[in-house]
Amino acid sequence: MAYLLEILPSLLNGLQSTLGVFFVTLIGSIPLGILVSLGLRSEFFTIRWLLNGYIWIMRGTPLLLQLIFIYYGLGMMGISFPRFEAAVIAFIINYAAYLAEIFRGGLQSVPKGQYDAAKVLGFNKIQTFFKIILPQVIKIVVPSVGNEVINLVKDTSLVYVIGLGDILRAGNIAASRDVTLVPYLLVGLLYLLMTAIVTLVLRNSEKRLNIWR
Amino acid sequence: MLELKNLTKQYDTNMIFKNLNLTVPDGEVLSIVGPSGIGKTTLLKIVAGLETANAGEMFLDNKAVSVSEERNTADIGLIFQDFNLFPNYTVLDNVMLAPITVQKMAKDQAKKLARELLHSLGLSDKEKLFPYQLSGGQKQRVAIARALAMQPQILAYDEPTSGLDEQSTYQVAEIIKDLKKEECDAIGDYTR
Ligand SMILES: Nc1ncnc2c1ncn2[C@@H]1O[C@H](COP(=O)(O)OP(=O)(O)OP(=O)(O)O)[C@@H](O)[C@H]1O
Ligand SMILES: [Mg+2]
Repeated sequence: MAYLLEILPSLLNGLQSTLGVFFVTLIGSIPLGILVSLGLRSEFFTIRWLLNGYIWIMRGTPLLLQLIFIYYGLGMMGISFPRFEAAVIAFIINYAAYLAEIFRGGLQSVPKGQYDAAKVLGFNKIQTFFKIILPQVIKIVVPSVGNEVINLVKDTSLVYVIGLGDILRAGNIAASRDVTLVPYLLVGLLYLLMTAIVTLVLRNSEKRLNIWR
Repeated sequence: MLELKNLTKQYDTNMIFKNLNLTVPDGEVLSIVGPSGIGKTTLLKIVAGLETANAGEMFLDNKAVSVSEERNTADIGLIFQDFNLFPNYTVLDNVMLAPITVQKMAKDQAKKLARELLHSLGLSDKEKLFPYQLSGGQKQRVAIARALAMQPQILAYDEPTSGLDEQSTYQVAEIIKDLKKEECDAIGDYTR
């Protein structure tokens, strides 16, 4: 017990970085993903082609590699970011690609009649999107977005590779210094706690969205 | 008053109608009757600005309205064959949303207007329900209220009596008759 209290401060310190990457990624990747999904429906072939290429690269290569590329690779080319910034840039552009595919599916499942109804009532495109289409898309995508958010909790541990002091790194340092497995167990528990909270929040929003069908 | 002159519509090589002419004078109800697939919905969609025509002219109170471009204006209300209510809004919000969003009407005023319309259509006790909780005839009446809330000059009504029992058909007929009094012209289509 005393040992737990001894290592807890350093783990909580690491937790701050983990949560930082988590929240900044969420806040950045959701709007970007929505924008990309709208761009995928653009009438301009070049835009669709570029965005499809972006999604293909992001989903077709490991996030770990993207992280290394942005921190070390770009660094070698003279474009260097601090660790945290590099991490969130890599995470945001990676997650936005996955979310864009999910939003694209959601957009496709809103019937054309909804756009027609908005149009004859005089709604412009922006009003139609925010008042009528987006709320319906959100309801459709919440379960799949939820999966991605849970993946994100665990994926944040990848920042280890660029030396960002996250919770896993804090646990690792303590474990090798004190030659014990306890820090790893504690780290595991903290991840479980985070995913449990995310799951609860998701269940709750699904329930609230279920008042209409 | 609505006038259509030499309206022509084709989908690819499929000619739906050619050189169609019609006039709906103020306060009149015009019914368009014909078998399924003849182009009734297509015509109403062109009038409401959801579809373009290949040729022809349209005049609303003697003002030319383009039929070669789609429009998002509320001057012509359309009640859809399958209603297209907004599933994510309550009955009351379905009716209030356009006046608030499009006409920038104050919320209280929009609510009052929506309640009056719902009351006149016998839906006062349904205002808090969502569309999925309504019967077909109730959905249809919400669609009428939603269209009327924007005070359209013309109300285009697709299949006003399809899927309704005798009682509801009678109610809808009464509503359309009342519209005439309120200086809103109506055109409707019926499958025969
Ligand atoms: N978007 C479209 N593309 C190609 N053809 C279409 C399109 N919409 C309708 N049509 C065709 O136009 C014709 C008229 O369709 P419309 O929906 O206007 O018929 P309707 O008279 O309303 O029939 P119903 O009484 O069954 O509702 C049909 O043959 C249909 O296949
Ligand atoms: Mg039809």
